[in-house]
Amino acid sequence: MKRVGLFIPCYVDQFYPNAGIATYQLLKKLGLDVTYPTGQTCCGQPMANSGFEHLTQNCNQLFVDNFAEFDYIVSPSGSCVLHIKEHLHTEKSAEKAAAIRTKVYELVEFLVDILKVKNLKAKFPHKVGLHQSCHGQRGLLLTQMSELVAPYFSKPQQLLAQVEGLELIDLKREDECCGFGGTFCIVEEAVSVKMGKDRVKDHQVNGAEYITGADMSCLMHMEGILKRENSKIKVLHIAEILNAG
Amino acid sequence: MSTPTKTHPELSAVFNKDEQRVNWHDETLWWIRQKRDKSAHSIPEWEILREKASQIKNNALANLAEYLVSFEEKAKANGIIVHWAADAQEHNQIVHQILQKHGILQLVKSKSMLTEECHLNEYLEKQGLEVIDSDLGERIVQLAKEPPSHIVLPCIHKKKEEIGDLFHQHLGVAAGTSDPQILTEAARVHLRETFLTRKAALTGVNFAIAETGEFVVCTNEGNADMGAHLADVHIACMGIEKIIPKRKHLGVFLRLLARSATGQPITTYSSHFKKPRAGQEMHLVLVDNGRTVQMGREDFRASLKCIRCGACMNTCPVYRRSGGHSYHNAISGPIGAILAPNLDREKYADLPFASTLCGSCSNVCPVKIDIHQQLYKWRQVIVQEGYATSSKKMSMKIMNYTLSSPGIYRTAGKAGRWVLKYIPFAVNNHFNPWYKQRDMPEVPKESFGEWYKKNVK
Ligand code: SF4
Repeated sequence: MKRVGLFIPCYVDQFYPNAGIATYQLLKKLGLDVTYPTGQTCCGQPMANSGFEHLTQNCNQLFVDNFAEFDYIVSPSGSCVLHIKEHLHTEKSAEKAAAIRTKVYELVEFLVDILKVKNLKAKFPHKVGLHQSCHGQRGLLLTQMSELVAPYFSKPQQLLAQVEGLELIDLKREDECCGFGGTFCIVEEAVSVKMGKDRVKDHQVNGAEYITGADMSCLMHMEGILKRENSKIKVLHIAEILNAG
Repeated sequence: MSTPTKTHPELSAVFNKDEQRVNWHDETLWWIRQKRDKSAHSIPEWEILREKASQIKNNALANLAEYLVSFEEKAKANGIIVHWAADAQEHNQIVHQILQKHGILQLVKSKSMLTEECHLNEYLEKQGLEVIDSDLGERIVQLAKEPPSHIVLPCIHKKKEEIGDLFHQHLGVAAGTSDPQILTEAARVHLRETFLTRKAALTGVNFAIAETGEFVVCTNEGNADMGAHLADVHIACMGIEKIIPKRKHLGVFLRLLARSATGQPITTYSSHFKKPRAGQEMHLVLVDNGRTVQMGREDFRASLKCIRCGACMNTCPVYRRSGGHSYHNAISGPIGAILAPNLDREKYADLPFASTLCGSCSNVCPVKIDIHQQLYKWRQVIVQEGYATSSKKMSMKIMNYTLSSPGIYRTAGKAGRWVLKYIPFAVNNHFNPWYKQRDMPEVPKESFGEWYKKNVK
């Protein structure tokens, strides 16, 4: 059986273990041999996106050491996966790093493209808004982008459609960025918050009870705003919905 | 080199103090982006067109020297007087000399971002000349003594009431007027007079054709034509990257430009200038101003393909909520954030960070510039060259130290969560930019790693 290495990004590990647990359980339910290499820390993206890519050598090496042996590497975070795909390089293990760049998957793309999941047996009777995280959508091509003249498709929607009772709401701006952007949310506090407020409002006015997505970091940012506004809307990683019921 | 007085985050924080203004700025530009989408979707071969345009521009840049020489030759043969300017200063001097030669003290100008880049207005005004911008939007910001905040929609940041006030002060419109129709009419009367009395007109250039030595100017108000046709001296200024090889390529760009800019099928006026009319003098100034340096930077060369449609600004979620002036550079938005550090790394070190790297800009760009990838690359260059703040350097070092070792990471994680749980005021205060307007995540009992150890292994 093919072996799957579970890559749980640092902030999911520390603040959103439930998204990690749901990912693990979902993959197990689907009959896979899943292992979480306990020596992992972070993909290095926060440093690289801040212009400190040159400091990511240790992170990269650690990633290679932890994940080289697996057939697939799967993670509940599009943005971290994109970083690995585009920027994982090491001097010591160049070949292993190259191999990892081709076998690392974001959970949704793994479920749709590799496992070709057609029947999830999940249940979640709620109104849900789907947040298209930019790195997942435009970087990993999880969903067609509204700017391009091309046929529409959506991998997360394909999966959510298999969840019993779930009602996906429409949004006015389908794929607008939420303003998280890694360290952008700190450095550009004012604009980041305004973008987050606007994003959350689109879900709110369209009647969402939950906001979901394939990237916990965007959800964390929107959750911060929702809580500050005392909103009843909750955020849940898509793995938690696909694993529900 | 000068240091910026205010950076993008500071300037956009000021812009964000008026949330209503941010809302309509965002809504208006979003409306234009939607118009762009609609009109792009009406052309089934849109993506092929973009690819074509991108390849033509790649070719033009790869053979730039050759095309420029051929362009100059043809233009001269057509009777155009050609000048070369290495930088902004030289460009301004050339324009000034032409005006001096004819004893002209007043210049009517039509849309040219290049002259903004070179700060021509300021320069000429210091020499005692009067410059009147003839495009409505540009005239408005000129009256307000502000630079344009958008390359296609220069006064998009101004409300119609504010424009009414300006016109009341400068053009004698009744106080409190905000009806766009009345304001446009007032501007028209004022500008007509300008056109009829100015002897020299300056225009920009959208496309210069190497094959024929002619150039094309695209405007919606027809002011370029009005100015150029009435004046005795027509001066056209262009960056050297505006060259396209052949006349037949023009169709590709004209189809893309207006659709990307405003959603119109084509600009109202696409005026071809090939030779001066009898009795008129036609000058063309070819400006480098950092372009050949950027050509030499492989990672950023593609930024010279830009046709200045402004689509990347309209789609940029950051631009829409921070306003063009927050970029403190003539060209704002995503493409401006790539072009500016080429000219002055220190002054514009903040701009490549004014993006979430969402990638929407690269998708709308009609010439397929990899805008967000270039922003990422500039960040690396800026940090390597030492322009990061020392607090950022420090936090990155700590992050690197923590994340380089699983043991330290686990201990720090525990401590971090403990801090959040038991002494929230340590982080939940207003010095923490996250907490200012957002709540911190709730602290879980255990990390995923701890759960895994207990439940799986
Ligand atoms: S970078 Fe592309 S989208 Fe932006 S102004 Fe230039 S051509 Fe238009």
